[in-house]
Amino acid sequence: MRRKIILFVIITVCFLLQSTVFQTLSLANVAPNLLIIVVSAFGFMRGKKEGLWIGFFCGLIIDIFFGFYLGVYALLYMYVGYINGMFQKSFYPDDIKLPMLLIGSSDIVCNIVIYCLMFLLRGRFQFWYYLSSVILPEFVYTMVITIFLYFILLKINQKLEEHEKRRAIKFEL
Amino acid sequence: MKKKRGFRNKKKRLSSKYVLFILSGICLVSIFVSLVFNISGGPLNTVAGYVFIPMQKGINGAGSYLSGKANDFKTLGVVLEENKELKKQVDELTEQLNHTKLDQYELDNYRELLELDDKYPEFDKVAAKVIAMDGTNWFTIFTIDKGTKQGIEKGMNVIAGSGLVGIVTDAGPNFAKVRSIIDDSSNVSSMVLTTKDNFNVSGSLMTMNKDKLLPFTELRDEDDKVKVGDPVVTSHVSDQYQEGILIGYINTVVTNPNNLTKSGTITPVVDFQHLREVLIITDIKDTGKELSGQESQE
Repeated sequence: MRRKIILFVIITVCFLLQSTVFQTLSLANVAPNLLIIVVSAFGFMRGKKEGLWIGFFCGLIIDIFFGFYLGVYALLYMYVGYINGMFQKSFYPDDIKLPMLLIGSSDIVCNIVIYCLMFLLRGRFQFWYYLSSVILPEFVYTMVITIFLYFILLKINQKLEEHEKRRAIKFEL
Repeated sequence: MKKKRGFRNKKKRLSSKYVLFILSGICLVSIFVSLVFNISGGPLNTVAGYVFIPMQKGINGAGSYLSGKANDFKTLGVVLEENKELKKQVDELTEQLNHTKLDQYELDNYRELLELDDKYPEFDKVAAKVIAMDGTNWFTIFTIDKGTKQGIEKGMNVIAGSGLVGIVTDAGPNFAKVRSIIDDSSNVSSMVLTTKDNFNVSGSLMTMNKDKLLPFTELRDEDDKVKVGDPVVTSHVSDQYQEGILIGYINTVVTNPNNLTKSGTITPVVDFQHLREVLIITDIKDTGKELSGQESQE
């Protein structure tokens, strides 16, 4: 329960920051994607199931406020969370290379899928332009934010896991 | 105890695949439903509206307070210079206004003679604040802090200052989603005010990012009368937008290779980067009438 409440707070804060504060702090018309960091990070920290649920809810929020068809982002982010969850076994908290790699590639893959669905299908074929003006800037900005946000999320997750362990021991006694 | 936990873990791992399948199914169904029946959210809008909108309003309030404070620190010299320039402008505009008033008087007289109604009726408007911009970088959709409770409905036009901003595409109880005309999927049928030629203004991420322009297509102008700087307004044939709302001014005109139509770009009048407050026109265009009118013309 405690974990659910804290996750809800994290998602809410990130969504609000992404849609308000970071829109005014946008560089070159591009704002960072905080929700993908959350989805991806909890995916590889906690596994497939938690990843896919968090992805589903993050996507649903975007769908409700900014989407075209309800469910597109939910589906996409859910798979992002699930696939990141597959890397749980090779995840070590001290190593930042894998998290950066996973979050970065999640962001790029996500944006390429959105480009294919929403732009390519409407006849916007200038892929290189969109790559260089939207996808790559967002990737760079998101990576910069990741360095800070990832450690915050990691600490929160460790605190939660500690708490859960303590409670489990209490029950066993 | 340990054994039991191990068992539970296994059960959990097994079920994650099923959860994925079930949720994928739900998503696909809801995409299909909103694609085919053109409905959205419903109860989800309500829940999300009550959870997120108050917080977004709060953040936005704090943000505008801070940026207001930052503006206070503008140096006095700049303000004085601006004041001088503005005074000059006021003089010019007053003169212009006097001319226009005379013209208006004349026009009213003619209208009375011809028994014409006012051509552009005054629209009822509601003011709203922009509280959040699209979280992804692909589209230009934003949410405003008024919804169905304040009488906002799907299909209403949104303006800011003197220019067209966009259209309400979805409304929850306390918020509404607005798709701006610079959004990549937006299309507005518009006309050049000087020659009354109809054409299509479409939003584009590319030209907007590059040099803040909107592309237009399908302009028929055989006599080359359309010039750079001509005002562009929404057309009377548009089935979504009210007639005569200013969109922007023509920036470039190029003849297409087929020598029949022209295309080019428009400079929008609204500053989409710094949208804070917008007005929503609460009259929705009566498309039924419009369509039957067209048919009878044919």
